Amino acid sequence: MQKIYPGRKSALGLVLLMMSSPLLASGGIDDRIDQTIKPFADAVSGAVFLSFPVAGVQVPFVLVWLIFAAILFTFYFRFVSFRGFRHGFELVRGDYSDPLAAGEVTHFQALATALSGTVGLGNIAGVAVAVSLGGPGATFWMILAGLLGMSSKFVECTLGVKYRNEYTDGSVSGGPMYYLSKGLAERSDRLKVLGKVLAVLFAIFCVGGSFGGGNMFQANQSFMQLVSVTGGESSWLADKGWLFGIVVAALVGLVVIGGIQGIARVTSKIVPLMAVVYVTAGLAIILMNISEVPAAFGAIISGAFSAEGISGGVIGVLFQGFKRAAFSNEAGIGSAAIAHSAVRTSRPVTEGFVALYEPFVDTVVVCTITALVIIITGTWNPSVDPSQGVALTSAAFESSISWFPWVLTVAVVLFAFSTMISWSYYGLKAWTYLFGESLITDVVYKLLFLFFIIVGSSMQLGSVIDFSDAMIFAMAFPNILGIYFLLPVVRKELDEYWSDYKSGKLKKFGKAANRG
Amino acid sequence: MSKLLLVGVDCSECSERALKYAADRAGSSKAQLVVVHVIDWSPFSFNTPQENEERHKRRETELDRAHKEIVDPLVSELRERGLFARGVIRHGHPAETLAAVANEFGATNIIIGKTGSSRIKTQLFGSVANTLVQVSKLPVTVVP
Repeated sequence: MQKIYPGRKSALGLVLLMMSSPLLASGGIDDRIDQTIKPFADAVSGAVFLSFPVAGVQVPFVLVWLIFAAILFTFYFRFVSFRGFRHGFELVRGDYSDPLAAGEVTHFQALATALSGTVGLGNIAGVAVAVSLGGPGATFWMILAGLLGMSSKFVECTLGVKYRNEYTDGSVSGGPMYYLSKGLAERSDRLKVLGKVLAVLFAIFCVGGSFGGGNMFQANQSFMQLVSVTGGESSWLADKGWLFGIVVAALVGLVVIGGIQGIARVTSKIVPLMAVVYVTAGLAIILMNISEVPAAFGAIISGAFSAEGISGGVIGVLFQGFKRAAFSNEAGIGSAAIAHSAVRTSRPVTEGFVALYEPFVDTVVVCTITALVIIITGTWNPSVDPSQGVALTSAAFESSISWFPWVLTVAVVLFAFSTMISWSYYGLKAWTYLFGESLITDVVYKLLFLFFIIVGSSMQLGSVIDFSDAMIFAMAFPNILGIYFLLPVVRKELDEYWSDYKSGKLKKFGKAANRG
Repeated sequence: MSKLLLVGVDCSECSERALKYAADRAGSSKAQLVVVHVIDWSPFSFNTPQENEERHKRRETELDRAHKEIVDPLVSELRERGLFARGVIRHGHPAETLAAVANEFGATNIIIGKTGSSRIKTQLFGSVANTLVQVSKLPVTVVP
């Protein structure tokens, strides 16, 4: 708190001005914003989620784009997600970390930071949506999507480290903007232009995604959970979304504008604890109902291939599972590459191995636990209202642990907060890539970010939420297109590294060596 | 084989007694000295993306400060007394890192000062001295 830089007071003043604007709190404004933005939002959302019919179901192209890429990467890198899994763990554990580099960002820290940006509402609310729309079988496809997504993360994060910018002051910046522009420029002069275009497109979508899925969606859903736990529609908070938005915006503002890293640091320590509490509670409920587990897995597998009563049949189930997995672990979207590129390593591909764990933990472990809890507690049935989201998960936990919705609320709010902090960082990196780094561009972005928190929590903006989902998925177009050109680069890195690893050329340090 | 004493230091004032003890012993046995300061750090912490971005820079600052304010003055003090001394600064778990550095340099003894923290604090968090005695494969002298 000691250092107050000059922009801060006026910046906070501006935020307060925006907050106190009576327009925001009044009822009519949401309709007006909705109507102004709707045509534009619908056009963007329509373009990104452009669908074509497969066996009578509308399948969005972007989903096929993501799945196709994940399958291709899996084969192209000869199942690196499986053969590199153990080595990834050794890297995270620090077996190959030079003790002389102690104090730098470790593989574990890079992974943990990236995970705190993805573990969150997608795992809690998203899974509930997938199961309520697609039935238990959606879980099967979600797990498969998680396993395939590991290869997408592997490529992204290797490239993120390889083409990051290292500045003279020692700080590093990386992500798709850099590997698209620098990586493609390396290939040929003509690709240089394409790379620049893709990088700019990615940055624009990333800024949009940071206001939407990384912000408004989070604020909105955590407020919904808070209202439902305090009494639903009769809750004192029910019509005070703007108040919740102001409080959250003020806290985020303190971190990102005020530079009070303490709040972020505390959150970054509590969030993993909440994740552990969530997973433990989930496992406890599964253990309490252990006799139901075989039947639940039976329903998951049979539901995956024979979807009775689900709209769209098997393709519909598959689509729900894949969609929620992609939204939850963001594999192929490119966001995680920004977080992973801060790691200190001389071999970029090492971070690729570590990144394998992101979709694995996020989707294969945490999402599966949520799905199992929803299925075995009998909370899900074919007639359940699919629009509930987080409320369905909350009800499932409540049926076994009556007070758990309160814990879940704290978890949801904290997950939302840490996801916002992560996305404000991703968005800012993309924003400064577009507009350059200066105090003004910096503050403008951050104020916009805070503004959208209030908007997201105070309004029911269906079309704006659609728009923000669209922006996140849109990031996959420039990202994956560029990656296709860079595949040989990653393959070379991988093959060289893998042969060094297999022949024992890599120096192993490990705990034993450290202790002497 | 010549003797090499490793002295673990926390800050320049609180390590004075340990340093004096080490210097006296080194003087009488013609041993060399390594003055080690460990910056408490864990490879398994949870950070914000911002912290990660600036980590390398922060690390340099931390090392620089530890050199200027803690280790370098102590080393030059020892050298003025005609002893052979060098300084080492590392990041890590204090006790484990001291033991590792001792091993790396082939030290024959480890000397550290007692920090004198309260009993409750020691009960809760343990102390560097206690842990070091457990993990070290060398004789450890704790100077009260």
